[in-house]
Amino acid sequence: MSAATGNWFDRAWRGLLLGLMTLFVINIGLIIAAVAVSSFAKRWLGTWLPDGWTTAFYTASWNEFQLGDVLWVTVEVVMAVVFLSLLIGVPAAYTLARRDFRGKRALLLLFLLPLMVPPITYGIPLATVLYQAHLAGTIWGVILANLIPAAPFVILVMTPFIEQIDVNLESAARVFGASTARMFWHVLVPLLAPGILAASLLVLVRTIALFELTFLTAGPDSQTLVVALYYAVFAAGVRAPQSVDAMAMVYMSVTLVFLLIALRFVNPTQLVSRVKEHPQHA
Amino acid sequence: MPASADTLARTPFDRSLLLVVPAAAFMLLLFVYPFLYGLALSFNPKEGGALANYSHFFTTDNLWPTIWITLKLALPATLINVAFALPIAYKMRVKTRYQRWVTMILVVPITLGTVLIAEGMLLYFGPRGWLSQTLQFLHLYEGPIRLTHNYWGVLISLVISGFPFAFLLILSYVTGIDPVLARAAATLGADPKAQFRHIYLPLLAPGLAMCFCLAFVQAFSVFPSAVLLGSPAGPTRVISIAAYEAAFEQYDYSLASAIAMIMGFVQLIIVAAVLSLRNVFYRGPVSGGKG
Repeated sequence: MSAATGNWFDRAWRGLLLGLMTLFVINIGLIIAAVAVSSFAKRWLGTWLPDGWTTAFYTASWNEFQLGDVLWVTVEVVMAVVFLSLLIGVPAAYTLARRDFRGKRALLLLFLLPLMVPPITYGIPLATVLYQAHLAGTIWGVILANLIPAAPFVILVMTPFIEQIDVNLESAARVFGASTARMFWHVLVPLLAPGILAASLLVLVRTIALFELTFLTAGPDSQTLVVALYYAVFAAGVRAPQSVDAMAMVYMSVTLVFLLIALRFVNPTQLVSRVKEHPQHA
Repeated sequence: MPASADTLARTPFDRSLLLVVPAAAFMLLLFVYPFLYGLALSFNPKEGGALANYSHFFTTDNLWPTIWITLKLALPATLINVAFALPIAYKMRVKTRYQRWVTMILVVPITLGTVLIAEGMLLYFGPRGWLSQTLQFLHLYEGPIRLTHNYWGVLISLVISGFPFAFLLILSYVTGIDPVLARAAATLGADPKAQFRHIYLPLLAPGLAMCFCLAFVQAFSVFPSAVLLGSPAGPTRVISIAAYEAAFEQYDYSLASAIAMIMGFVQLIIVAAVLSLRNVFYRGPVSGGKG
C-alpha cells in the first residue's frame, strides 16, 4: 500500500495494535498450555513445571466422569441438531431468498429474535414448558432447545448463499419438467453444497460450545461435554484437579478438530462477506 | 423471481411458501410459545398480586443490583471487543500471506468455550501460576495477582471468549466492502485516514451495530464464567445467576420467569439504543458500488 510512508503516529498505532494482538495471543496460548501441562502432571505445586509426568489422569477422568457416555450424548445431540436445523432451515432460507410476500419482515424478525435475546431469557420458560411435556432431562429436550438458536442461524447464513444462485438455472430445470422436489435435489443442493457445509460446520461448533440451553434442559443422562465439564469444575475439590484439566483438554481437542476441518473448507472472510454483499433489508 | 405484494395477491397461492412453514411453526412452538408462557407465568406469582414478582425483584437487595452488575460487565466487555476487533479486522482486509494465518490464530479461541477459559485462567493467573511466577522472577511485581474470583476475572474471560467472534464478524463486513470505493476516493485525493473516515466507517456502521448487538447478547447472558471466575455471591452476581437460583434452587418458576423477562427487556433497550445510534451516524444504502 502507498500508505506505508506514514508518519510516526501511524507507526505508533500500528505498533500498539501489533503489541496488543501479540499479548492477547501469547496469553491465550499460555492459558491453554497451563491446562495442558496440568493435565499431564503427577504433582504440580508452585513450580515452573510439574515434578513428573503421567497420563493416568486421562484414564481417571474417562472413568470418573463417564466421558465415553458424555461424548456419545454430545455426538448424538450435535448430529441431530445439525441435521434438523438444515432440514427446516434450508427450505425456509430458499423461500426467504426467492420470494416476496406479505409478512416477510415479521418472519425475518421471528428468525432474528432468538439470536438477539439472551438464551437464559427464553431458556428458563422453555425449560418449564419442556418439564411439563416430560421432555426436559431427556436427550430430545436438549436437541429441541439447541435447535432454537441453530435453525435461525442456518437461515441467516443460507439466505445470501441462495440469493447468489442464478434464478435461470431453476427456470431451466422447470422448463424440462422438474418438480419442486427434483429441482431442489438435483439443482439447488449440489450448488449449495459449500454453503450447506459451511452452515453445518458453524452450527456444529456453536452447538458443542452452547452452554446455557443445554445446562437448563439436560438431565443426568443427557449432559453434553460442555455441561459435564462445568459440573466437573464447579464440584472440583473432591477430585484431583488434573482429571478436570484432562477433561478440558478432551473438550478442546474435539472442538479444535472440527474447527480445523471447518477452516479447511471455509475461508472465514469469504464465508461471511457474502452476507455483506446481500444485506438483509430487515 | 421476486414478485411484488400486489401481483402476489392476484396470482394463485404460491406453493413454495409452504417451505417456510416448518421453520416458522418450530419457532412459534418452541420460542414464541414458551416466551409468552413465561411472560404470563411472571404475572402469576406464588403469592401476592399480578406485579408481586416485579416489585419483589426491584425491592430485594440481592436481586435488583444484578442488572447493574451485569451491565457493568457486559458493556465494557462488548466495547473492548468491538473497539479492538475493528482496527485489527480493518488491517486484515488486504489479502496478504499472513491474513489467513492471523485470522486462524485469532479465531481459535472460539473453540475454547467459557469453561475451559475459566479453568485455564484459574491456573495461569492463580497465586502460584505462570504469570505470578514470571513477574516475581523478573522482579517486576511481588505482590499477589488478583485477577480471578473477582470482577476482572469475569471481564477478562468475556474478552477472551467474545473477541474472536466480534473479529470474525467485523472482518466479514470489512472484506464485503468493495475496495474500488476506497480507490475511487484515493484518486480524488483522500488519504488513508479520510478513506476510513468517509468510506469505510459509514458503510460499516450497520455491520458494527449488528456486531455490537450480537456480542452484547453473549456478554449479557454471562453465566459459567461469573460462577467459576467471579465471586457469584457478591460483585459478580449477574442477573442470570439470580434467574437460575430462583428457578432451580428455590423452584419459584414464576419469579424466575419474571427475572428472565426483565433480562430480555434490558437487552432490548440496549439493542434499540444501539440501532438508533446507528441511524444518527449514517442513513442510506449499505450496498454501494454495484450497479
